[in-house]
Parts: sequence; structure tokens; C-alpha cells
Amino acid sequence: MGKLHSVALNRDLCVGCTNCIKGCPTEAIRVREGKASIDEKRCIDCGECIRICPHHAKGAVTDQLPDLAKPHPGILYSVLIPPSFYAQFGTAVSRPMLIKALYSLGFDYVYEVALGAAASSLRTRELLEEKRRLAESLPPEEISTVFPMISSACPVVVRLIQMKFKALIPHLVPLDAPMEITARFARADIAAKNNLTPDKIINYFISPCPSKRSAALNPLGQKKSDVDFVLGMHEVYPAILNILEHMKENNGITSSLRDDRYADYNGIQWAAAGGEAQTLGTDKYMAVDGIHNVISILEEIENEHLSDIEFVEPSCCFGGCIGGPLAVANPFAARVRMRNVIRNAREEQENSPEKYLDPETMTPHLWDVPLPENNSMRLDEDIGTALGKYNKMEEILATLPGLDCGACGAPTCAALAEDIVQGNALETDCIIKLKEHIRKVAREINTLDL
Amino acid sequence: MKKTLTKLGVRPESIKRAAIAMYEAEINAVIHGHGGMAVVTIFPDSVKIEIIDHGPGIPDVDQAMREGFSTAPDAAREMGFGAGMGLPNMRKHADNLEIDTKVGEGTKVTMYIKF
Repeated sequence: MGKLHSVALNRDLCVGCTNCIKGCPTEAIRVREGKASIDEKRCIDCGECIRICPHHAKGAVTDQLPDLAKPHPGILYSVLIPPSFYAQFGTAVSRPMLIKALYSLGFDYVYEVALGAAASSLRTRELLEEKRRLAESLPPEEISTVFPMISSACPVVVRLIQMKFKALIPHLVPLDAPMEITARFARADIAAKNNLTPDKIINYFISPCPSKRSAALNPLGQKKSDVDFVLGMHEVYPAILNILEHMKENNGITSSLRDDRYADYNGIQWAAAGGEAQTLGTDKYMAVDGIHNVISILEEIENEHLSDIEFVEPSCCFGGCIGGPLAVANPFAARVRMRNVIRNAREEQENSPEKYLDPETMTPHLWDVPLPENNSMRLDEDIGTALGKYNKMEEILATLPGLDCGACGAPTCAALAEDIVQGNALETDCIIKLKEHIRKVAREINTLDL
Repeated sequence: MKKTLTKLGVRPESIKRAAIAMYEAEINAVIHGHGGMAVVTIFPDSVKIEIIDHGPGIPDVDQAMREGFSTAPDAAREMGFGAGMGLPNMRKHADNLEIDTKVGEGTKVTMYIKF
């Protein structure tokens, strides 16, 4: 496991069944010698294989919860909770209760990632307005160079665009993620309050997916992440549930943050598909969820068929982050709960606005590192050589059965042809071809006059 | 074609130009030429796109090249086509555009896009 990714295989559990290779949107998995292997250059951390694997051989690499009971002088731990976390529990569990539970776990500070999301919404509105002005100055056929803007909230989408839709890189919202905005704010805030240097603050993020951990390890568009460790939502869940059980008799909790600075409800909305787009003050938006749907919409944008839309919010997971591979709740139940959470958030904010932090307090950063292109899909660095390989690939493909059965360990016959050309597989990896071969040899043996 | 060019490692800008030029030519072949055939030849430094139809042909090529000029039927316009931008767009995105047409016999559009 390199430092690039957070989806990993447990070889002991893998039976080599090929379920995962079929669902992978970037054809990054092969089964070789009875075990799956992930091509790290092609993996975008979408977690489809985690969902699909019937043997639970695919999992997310996440960090461990620290031993918070141990004295830690001079160091303060903070935990950043994404809004999708609120949808994991029943409607009886309120935001203040959950925040209290996280303090009970031993964290010194709790921050809602919705704080950063709300700040990002405001900044994105400004960027949209700039784009609108730019679009007005352009002839109609060039609007497609500006619109639609594409949300960069889902790291999987960003990585997908880097690999398969490079022409759309300039369409991405060039702002750091809510997780980063919040982490940076938390670090500065805690340091100031406690007279500590920023390096004494350790930020943990509770993630609904492996891709956000990868984004913390390898930040997108920025040099360094302010998130130090990433916990899997599924791993924190049991401990929180336990604490909540004991809190039941005490559910009159209305406030639990150290100093009442809840996030604006606009930030809470981000957890569900389309939630970010709804905060941007435009009705010319499109929300698309599920990685395969995302791919077809990105194709449409690349073909310039959607320039009448101002903002596209693609989410890798069905339902948005609440449907993340590390989320615990049934995604449909989570949608209902999320609606409740948002409605409550809105009402409470209207009743006691003083408890809420003005999103203007935080400043999202523009990306300062250009997003590199990922060229792992191309056949060769040199187009001439690539053409030669392509022709060879077509020749091989014509001889393959076209069943796309996956028994060779590649997701399709075309992928096997590519693997053969690249020297990573043999024609006889195809069982149909192998059978033909054996039949031929058997016939030859029969005709031998011994 | 887009998938193939991507696999070959062609720059996204060039792929985009080729895709738009080809799309416009295909739409023309469908609207005016009653369908047709596309032949794509890829060279190490460029792609040649030929769209061949056996439709009515173009009586006045110069006029057809003008932005906004269109003879598309109402049915096509109702679907958002026929803005008279087809050929001008092809000329804009292709590095070389040749139109071989004969009234009553058909049209062959040949475009080259350099990488």
C-alpha cells in the first residue's frame, strides 16, 4: 500500500472471484494468480470495490482513534465532523447530542465541517458571478469554455477528471475542500485560545469514504493538508452509539459546543446530493450521483452539450456523502434523516441566530498548486508507439470471444487485449482461447503415429 | 473516436476540436444527407475525419459556409439544430476542411485536425 490510496485489499479474504473488476470505473483492478490487485496509478478511491466485494476483501485504510484518556500535556486533539455524520443516527439524536458524544470520547475540541462548507458556498457564489460576467462578454459558442462550473467537493470526481476528462480541469471550483477550510480554522482557533503553536493541535476528520483520507494525504490543489488523521465513520460509530445509549435520559441537551458556534444550515446541506448546488443561488444547476452516472454527465459536458447549466454537482456516491462506502446507515434512511437534520438546523438557526458562526469568518483558499493530469489511461508516451499498440490491440481483440466474462482477470476482452499489448497478460489467460489451444494440441497428439 | 484518441495520449484540446468538428459533420449528414458514413484515420500527428452522405448535395458551398445560413427543415430547428453554425464550426475547429459535393449525388466532408 503506497501513500497514494486508501482502498486496500486483504489478500487472505480475496477468493479471486472477479466481482470487483467489473464495477471499477477506471478498470484499475485485475485478478492475477487468484488474487485481485489494484493499479495504484488508476485507482481514484471511489470505493465501488469495497461495496461490491462479497467477501469483504476490499477495505478502506483509515487511521486509529488515539488513546485520548492518556494525558497529553501541551497537545490538543480536535475532531472535525462532516454533516453526513448526522444522518447516521435516528431522528431522536440531535446535533448537540452528537457533538457532546464526541467530547465524551475525549476530544478537546469539536468542529462541524459544515462551517467550512458554508464558507465555501459563499465564495463559490462569488466565483459563479465572475464566470457569469465573463460569459456575457463571450460569443455564444464559447460559453462552453466557462460553464458549467463543476463542484470539486468530491475528491473522487476531481481524480476522475484528472484522469479521464482533462479538458474539464479548468471547470472545477478551484477552492480547498470544506474539510480543509475547517481544519485550518480549527488549528488557528485552538492555538489562539490556548496560546499554543499550531503544530500542537492535532486534527482528526471522521470520513464517510476512503477518498477523503487520500485527499488529506495527497491534497488536491494545495501543498499541505491541515487534516492530520482520518477516521472511518464506520469505526467511530459503535463508540458513539455506546455513549449515546447512556445519554438517553439526558436528551434535553440543546447546546454542547464549547462556545456555541454551530455551522450555518447551508453548510449542513452539503451532505446530500445537490445540497451544495442549492446553496448557490442559481436554479441552473444539476446534481448527479453515482460514479457511472457522473462519468456520462462529464462526457456530456466535454461534448459541450450542457453549457446552459451554470453549476454541476457530481457525487461519486448515490445520495451524496451520506451514501459513502464507510457510512453506516442505510442510504435511503439517511436521506430522510438528512432532510430532518436540515429542517431542524434551519429552524434552530432562525430561533437563536447568536449560536451560529457567520460563514464570513472563514476564508476558503484558492488552489495554489495546479492540478496535474493523470496519464495512466494512455497506451504510450509516444503517440506513434501508442498507435502501433492500438492496432495490435484491435487485432488481438478480434480474436477474443467478446464475452467480457472476466474469467481472465481483466474486466473486458478489450482490457485483456490492452494487457497483452502492454506485456501484462497472455492470450491463453482467456479460457476460451486456452480451450481452443488444448483442443488443437490434443488433436495433434492423436494424429501422432507412435 | 474520442476514446481512441484519449487512449493514444492525444492532448485534450485536440481531442475536443476533433470531437466537435466530427459531431457537426455527423449532424449535417443526418439532417441534410439522410444519414451517411464516417471514416476516421489516425496518424501519429493528426486525425483525418471523412463524413460521406448520399443526400441532395450543397448547391452553393460559399453560401453554406456563412454563419447563420441554414436550410435545415423545421423539424430539425425545433430540436435545436439548424442554427447555421455547422460548417462554420467545422472550419473553426479543423485545421483543414475540404467539401466535395455534387447536387443530387451527395457530399463528402474531409477534415484534418493536427495534434
